[in-house]
Amino acid sequence: MAAMTTARPTSRPSEGRPSVVQTFLSRHGGMMPTFAAVAILVLLFIGGEIFLRGDFIKPLTISNLLINYAYLLVLAVGMTFVILTGGIDLSVGSVMAFTGMLGAKLLADGSPVWIAVPAMLLGGAVIGLFIGILVQYFGVQPFIASLAGLFLGRGLAFIVSLNSIKVEEPAVVWLQSTRMKLGDWVITPTGIIALVTVAIAAFVLHLTRFGRTIYAIGGSEQSARLMGLKVGRTKVAAYVISGTCAGLAGLLLTAYSNAGYPRNGIGTELDAIAAVVIGGTLLTGGRGYVLGSMIGVFVYGTIKTIINFMGAEQAWMQIIVGSLLLLFIVVQRAIVARAEGRR
Amino acid sequence: MDEVRPLLELTGATVRFGADAALDHVDFRLYPGEVHSLMGENGAGKSTLIKAITGALAMDEGELRLGGEPVAFATPHQAQAAGISTVYQEIELLPNLSVAENVFLGREPRRGGVVSRRLMREHAAAVLEDLGLALDPASLLGTHSVAVQQLVAIARAISADVRVLVLDEPTSSLDLDEVAELFRVIRELKARGVAILFVSHFLDQVYELADRITVLRDGELVGEYLTGELLRIDLVQKMLGREIGEVRARGRVHEDDAVDGAAAVLRARGVSVAHGVADADVDLAEGEVLGIAGLLGSGRTSLAHALTGVAHLEAGVIRIESADARLDSPRHAISLGVVYSSENRRRDGIVAELSVVDNITLALQSERGVFRRIPPARRRELAASWVDALDIRPPDLDRPVGTLSGGNQQKVLLARLLALSPRVLVLDEPTRGIDVGAKVEIQNLVSELADNGMSVVFISAELEEVLRVGDRVAVMRDGHIVETVAAADLTTDSLLALVAQPTEGED
Ligand SMILES: Nc1ncnc2c1ncn2[C@@H]1O[C@H](COP(=O)(O)OP(=O)(O)OP(=O)(O)O)[C@@H](O)[C@H]1O
Ligand SMILES: [Mg+2]
Repeated sequence: MAAMTTARPTSRPSEGRPSVVQTFLSRHGGMMPTFAAVAILVLLFIGGEIFLRGDFIKPLTISNLLINYAYLLVLAVGMTFVILTGGIDLSVGSVMAFTGMLGAKLLADGSPVWIAVPAMLLGGAVIGLFIGILVQYFGVQPFIASLAGLFLGRGLAFIVSLNSIKVEEPAVVWLQSTRMKLGDWVITPTGIIALVTVAIAAFVLHLTRFGRTIYAIGGSEQSARLMGLKVGRTKVAAYVISGTCAGLAGLLLTAYSNAGYPRNGIGTELDAIAAVVIGGTLLTGGRGYVLGSMIGVFVYGTIKTIINFMGAEQAWMQIIVGSLLLLFIVVQRAIVARAEGRR
Repeated sequence: MDEVRPLLELTGATVRFGADAALDHVDFRLYPGEVHSLMGENGAGKSTLIKAITGALAMDEGELRLGGEPVAFATPHQAQAAGISTVYQEIELLPNLSVAENVFLGREPRRGGVVSRRLMREHAAAVLEDLGLALDPASLLGTHSVAVQQLVAIARAISADVRVLVLDEPTSSLDLDEVAELFRVIRELKARGVAILFVSHFLDQVYELADRITVLRDGELVGEYLTGELLRIDLVQKMLGREIGEVRARGRVHEDDAVDGAAAVLRARGVSVAHGVADADVDLAEGEVLGIAGLLGSGRTSLAHALTGVAHLEAGVIRIESADARLDSPRHAISLGVVYSSENRRRDGIVAELSVVDNITLALQSERGVFRRIPPARRRELAASWVDALDIRPPDLDRPVGTLSGGNQQKVLLARLLALSPRVLVLDEPTRGIDVGAKVEIQNLVSELADNGMSVVFISAELEEVLRVGDRVAVMRDGHIVETVAAADLTTDSLLALVAQPTEGED
């Protein structure tokens, strides 16, 4: 056929050399919401500094963010995995309470730390596995499956004990009471654990096949399957990771409060989701960064700190976080719509 | 050829969806080093056969052998591991990941167990280059056009270690150049002994490439033939089970004295869209079909977007019926009677879970608003008339659209827009993925609509088609309309020459 062999002299319509900005946008357009989160964080800091007349931006305030919200950071990391696949995990708050109770009870009954701590992680992982299997193999909506996990976790927490259990185990107390100083900066072992969790998660998500499959599933589960990726086990694994993170958060919270309390973490799953979304991860899945979730947690923590400093009503916390969430979801929608319109 | 054994052999393949068999005891074989085309109408069962081979669908009966050994793939992953690489008809790759990742996902190059982005990018660039595609492998896939995405899907398939390459309509959104590059690569693979299954509705491409043809009709095997021994006319006869429809003659009303501005239904002046169209003028008279011809990236789709409120105009004015119109959204355009049928109909509109009736009446209902519901009986009547006019098969109004074959889904979407009875209809690649018989029917339908006073902009990569339905043809190059010529004064070759001419002043 003659037409087939007609070569076109110019290989491709010239669009001019793309500018640096264009190249950046075409590669990292998905990062814009996360940049927005960073900008908000900076604004909050400046705002805090102005309100509190120069008493806000100092190493101690910033260090405290990590010290006080280590547990939330760990929860947000697990949540990021699940949301990236396009799912949601509502169970993490009560799973955290359950594992905290479990650990406290085991320690109170004289079990050694090296049994109690793995038991907490395992407890979280098992509930995650349960949710993952419901979602993947029984076709249950993630919302419903993890709601079941939420009730299960809370119920189990109350079965362990109706009252709070004090934890005096030195190794656990050490996690929060040790203050390592570097100049004016302070960090606790709990903070280090949280940061290491973030680092591992970032590594897994970006540099392993498993991590890339998580993103692929969020992009389109059907396509990921036809592309020959291991969709089933990856999705289940995301919930197991989230559950394990909830177990770890249970340990961190226990260390923070020196006790297990069955009413801990009511509504914390929503804080974790808020942090993840504020950090730029799309609720529809496939786009987002675990580092963004960390920023999200800091934004959340900063707002809370400012409100505490000002001595304002805690209700303001909810209103501000609510408005921010709304703002972010709108910003994300706009970005996605633009990205699609450009094609 | 006697001692050569088929590399892949399917016997008695049967796939049922509920009561009806989409594939009924079909035998199919594929030899190493051959290109084998699977032919049939929309809904004949081609994609179903492919999915049965790759484990994307479970066979109810039948046996698959690979290299003589019986195999059964439970998932596409297993088929891929056995060396069967597939480009599915309806696959959308992942717009949220980079081009390089889309090529290598699942088998990323690793260094010490860690995915190496740099290696991945380099390898991807090499594979893409092999297909004649120079683009930044680190860019997000979603930022590229449909054609580029299709090429990336192909790059993914050929970059694996393949023994069997399965291509289900890989060329539907490609241009001549891309097709030529693809065919070159396919021939190389063939020379290396890869067995290739190629599905296309373009007879030219099949005759150029295929060694052997298997024809399916209504899920049944019609026969296997050597390409050299099967005349086109016989092939079409075997596919359709009847003669192809007559091409309808247009009463060509507008020839040279074409459109003086006053009579124009749609008139665009100096229209520009960022990265797409520059300074384009378009006049469209009542009952006229304006064909648009151009290569990939010449701005055809951008022009369509500009005329229908999809894209934001950087400059220029559009008048509809002698009133200036700022088309700021497709919705607004629809309210003025200007309707756009996107080239990417699968992404832009099919609601797979909804029935055929619901899909067809969706746009009409939303145009009328929630409070003026179309009575159910009227909806069915309307849908039935379009199912009939476009020959949507099976003609079952209550079937979820997701269970129709690829080509029939396209027809449903076309029906949805036609149901709006627009003044101006902008069709971007309306016959893509549609079989030879139905293609003629759609072309005839366009002519008929135009004869009844509808104005149509008809965009197609197939020049023959543009010439057949168009009264005039606007030729686009590099975002400019370089010429508008009466179709009667053109031949396919002269149009090709116009379209493919290098643009002056460019490197
Ligand atoms: N999931 C499903 N449920 C029910 N029926 C289905 C499903 N998938 C396909 N079918 C039916 O199976 C038949 C064969 O479809 P298939 O997609 O294989 O056709 P095709 O030859 O690839 O057509 P095209 O050229 O339009 O792509 C069609 O009648 C279709 O309606
Ligand atoms: Mg098909």
